[in-house]
Amino acid sequence: MSQLLKQTPSQTVGPYFAYAWTPELYGRRPLATNRLATRDMPGEHIRIEGVVYDGAGAPIRDCVVEIWQAGADGRHAPGAAGFGRCGTNDDGYYFFDTVKPGACDPGHAPHIAVTVFARGMLSHAFTRLHFSDEAAANAADPVLSGVPADRRDTLIAKRAEVPGGVVYRFDIRIQGDGETVFFDC
Amino acid sequence: MDTAVHQPEGDFRPRDWAQHPPYLSPLYKSTVLRSPSKPLIPMKQGLSVRTGPVFGHDSLDPLDHDLTKNGRVNGEPIGERMIVTGRVLDEDGRPVPHTLLEIWQANACGRYVHRWDQHDAPLDPNFFGAGRCITDAEGRYRFTTIKPGAYPWGNHHNAWRPAHIHFSLFGPSFLTRLVTQMYFPGDPLLPLDPIYNGVPEGARELLVSRFSIDVTEPVWALGYEFDIVLRGRHATPMEG
Repeated sequence: MSQLLKQTPSQTVGPYFAYAWTPELYGRRPLATNRLATRDMPGEHIRIEGVVYDGAGAPIRDCVVEIWQAGADGRHAPGAAGFGRCGTNDDGYYFFDTVKPGACDPGHAPHIAVTVFARGMLSHAFTRLHFSDEAAANAADPVLSGVPADRRDTLIAKRAEVPGGVVYRFDIRIQGDGETVFFDC
Repeated sequence: MDTAVHQPEGDFRPRDWAQHPPYLSPLYKSTVLRSPSKPLIPMKQGLSVRTGPVFGHDSLDPLDHDLTKNGRVNGEPIGERMIVTGRVLDEDGRPVPHTLLEIWQANACGRYVHRWDQHDAPLDPNFFGAGRCITDAEGRYRFTTIKPGAYPWGNHHNAWRPAHIHFSLFGPSFLTRLVTQMYFPGDPLLPLDPIYNGVPEGARELLVSRFSIDVTEPVWALGYEFDIVLRGRHATPMEG
């Protein structure tokens, strides 16, 4: 094998990324937002929401959650919902308005890839979101199966039907009790 | 947003933890409660992560790459004008073309536009401090900006961040995502900085840009070069 170049090391986003990443508050146009679904996009329209907590159970307000997902047909394609980015607010809360993705990998349950950045995280953390109403597919999912049974629950977003529509709750616990499963891949 | 998709080929090489900082780095105090404590679980790379978003040139504004112009209100920003340029490569040395870079930074006085930044240093009405650009076919990028200042922070007594520019990159996949910081050669604050020192010894020097007289433009702006290496791909798809 030839000599590889060394990967450039990761560094924290720090506390002051918002004016670059989610700059609407600063009167600038964002490149990506937390509203992935257009009105006429095919599929079930859903909201994904949650709070990001630190190891003391305190909400993290300087955190960014990014997601990458297939469309309802399971394809990553132009016009699909695709990529989303949301900074947490003062209560650590984030949300995405999107469509529920179809399964994109044979044998895998429908899921969304999730990346978490924050002040205090020198490297980002990678996880994935599954859906509570996909119990059979989740049970057969090879990634969930590789997770200790008592921690799988941290990867399942809980479905609720509320007056405004369908909401999936996905809290992210960076550390401690109920710590979210993070992956190396 | 343009959501065209790179076609997946072989698996991506793993994150090299000899290069990246561990989550827990106690001298950087915020890591203590913000570091996952359980080992990462290995995951096979599926389509959902071997693909990733693509941002086209049409998603940028014409001045996005020029921070000396994109925040102007009534004049020029104050400070040392500089050019920062370099190449985005993968581990095999192949250019990463047509990929988005986002940068953000303090102004020449060490003050961010961010509404939380209370550092007692002046804001510059003509400097916003954020930029974007997309690499060309050879993986090159280029920003024009103002050299950022150092600033104090609350990590420990008399803590100062060395001057830096935040960089965010996507690369061809959700797995190649990278957020990092670029520093300046010879900065006396570097050996004292727990964020820089969070990177393993022998790797952190890769975050220090190089002054370049060739990039420097006569009677205009100093030049710095900063190359970035993202995760590469195995030559052939991995099975098993």
